[in-house]
Amino acid sequence: MRDTVLACGLALLGACFSAGAAEVRQPQDTLAERLMACAFCHGDQGRAGPDGYYPRLAGKPADYLYHQLLNFQQGRRQYQPMTHLLQHLEPVHLRRMAEHFAAQKVPYPAPVAAPLPAAQARRAEQLVRQGDPQRQVPACTACHGSTLMGQLPATPGLLGLPRDYLNAQLGAWRNGVRQAHSPDCMGDIARRLDQDDIASVSAWLASQPVPNAEPRAATMPPPMACGRAAP
Amino acid sequence: MPVSPSTPPHPGHRRTRWLARLLVLACLPLVLALWAVWPTGPIPVSPQAAPTPGGELIERGRYLATLGNCQGCHSLPGRPAYAGGTPIATPFGQVYGPNLTPSAQGLGDWSADDFWRAMHFGQRPDGRWLNPAFPYPNTTHIRREDSDALYAYLRSLPPDDTPSRPNGLRWPYNTQAALKVWRALYFRPADTAAPSTPGDVLAQGRYLVEGLGHCSACHAPRNRWGGAGDLLSLAGGRLPSGWEAPSLLDPAEAGVQGWTEDEVVALLGMGRSGPHRATGPMAEVVAGSLRHWKADDLRAVARHLQQLPVTPARRTAPSASGSVDAARGAALYTTHCASCHGEQGQGYRLANGQVAYPALAGNRTVLLASAANLLQTVRHGGYALATPDEPLPFGMPPFQMTLDDPAMAAVLTHLRQSWGHRAGAVTPLDLHRLTDGRRP
Repeated sequence: MRDTVLACGLALLGACFSAGAAEVRQPQDTLAERLMACAFCHGDQGRAGPDGYYPRLAGKPADYLYHQLLNFQQGRRQYQPMTHLLQHLEPVHLRRMAEHFAAQKVPYPAPVAAPLPAAQARRAEQLVRQGDPQRQVPACTACHGSTLMGQLPATPGLLGLPRDYLNAQLGAWRNGVRQAHSPDCMGDIARRLDQDDIASVSAWLASQPVPNAEPRAATMPPPMACGRAAP
Repeated sequence: MPVSPSTPPHPGHRRTRWLARLLVLACLPLVLALWAVWPTGPIPVSPQAAPTPGGELIERGRYLATLGNCQGCHSLPGRPAYAGGTPIATPFGQVYGPNLTPSAQGLGDWSADDFWRAMHFGQRPDGRWLNPAFPYPNTTHIRREDSDALYAYLRSLPPDDTPSRPNGLRWPYNTQAALKVWRALYFRPADTAAPSTPGDVLAQGRYLVEGLGHCSACHAPRNRWGGAGDLLSLAGGRLPSGWEAPSLLDPAEAGVQGWTEDEVVALLGMGRSGPHRATGPMAEVVAGSLRHWKADDLRAVARHLQQLPVTPARRTAPSASGSVDAARGAALYTTHCASCHGEQGQGYRLANGQVAYPALAGNRTVLLASAANLLQTVRHGGYALATPDEPLPFGMPPFQMTLDDPAMAAVLTHLRQSWGHRAGAVTPLDLHRLTDGRRP
């Protein structure tokens, strides 16, 4: 009798523990599983990390994402953890990764209100929509789309990104830490802007709400001849 | 003055003799210093009739350069082949692989004899010594006809005018005198007079491992001056990057004695064999060199590695695990690792048996005496090697931003002491020791 009670008690105790134990996720043989190493840092919507911001991947043009992966592999963008991760992947693998993230539809987080003085906000909006002809700076919308959500095949959107990330990228273009194929349009443009313009534009862009729009094909010729990777 | 044998020497004579000895002793460092800094002329090299650089010779040179993984130190991804600029970490500072293209900035005015002198003696045409980051203790074993084929291939490349980047070595390691001393202690040119014996697979394997393959450049144990009694040893070495090249003599480390030849060829040629993986710098060697080798050459190397005498690797006393939080290690494993590697460390295999996430239970890398490679893997993650016709491989994220030192030490200790493992604990202090690039 006592043994039965003991056995029942132990079984009950065991049931309590197993019910309380966390269910460990089971891996699966899918493409998404193979890309969990990316999601770990980038999350669904991009994520702030201790050493910088890991930008959003979902919904960016596939060609843009593909070329950024090549840029990390070949030293045109510099971030050692990315270069190490991509070291042994073939172009066909990178293409598959890019297309997976380009097809993802994930809502954007709410924008961060920018504490911009009115004059700087006006200057920023002017640069974004009209550019600065005297300095040969085209409008951002001329390449990044009238909605600023990107243009196919390979120009990314500028909305839904934090100010610090935009600042860091423009700074990296400016001093050559980030490069594109020659002629490096973004490098030239970033060098024609001054520091105040860059700060204003980053803050303004980060505070804009993200419209429900996707990257579309360009309807006008680009304002500058820009380099592109060999197909 | 005449002195009778029974009379002791005059004190003045004794003092003179001592002064003479002192003078000789004082001159010795001066003589050594003079020897060290005295410039050496180029070692005479018997000129060979340069073979006509035909397509066959150039193709042979190209294949030899693949065997030697020369691009690993002389090319950069996205840049022209052999244009140099490749950073190579050493315990003495950063070295950059030079330009080897036929430009004036590269090997433009070198002859085949000059090239042989560099490969065999580690010396430039003007007599200056080369830094042994270029592994001439290995290339000295390469036969003259192979050196000529390599030279013909490099001459056939498009010239690139990027100047070779100057090395960033600390004083005195950046001096010719230091190189001269190092060479006197650790380097002897090999005797390559013996011709190749086609059909002798073991001899071919040894030639590849000791020469072009330069395996001992990473796998040899070295002292604090980067030298060793036997620079061809494969008993295991530490790399300045923080990785360890495990011992090829010890089956508990990376030894393949007792494997089948097919298993060894698979590990070398594809970077994977059953549960075993080539990772870190070895994955780079597979990607850049080994997976382009001909099957016969892989088999020859496999045969050579399999007949190496079994020698247990030196085991350092494991750290006391008192300062490591075991419960925390287990919790971190459940949070970060178990969803891929399994609660029992069993890993994950696809339906066709292919390994997706390696098992950690019984894993050689987890159980190595040094936790160096385990630390690098957890810190940096990575994707497995795959060929273009294979689907996207499975990947591991980098945990260096997620786990601080105490957390990293806890989870590494958990890996090394779970599932019946009895490897040493890893303390936060160990993490610093394991990544100090200046320690041999």
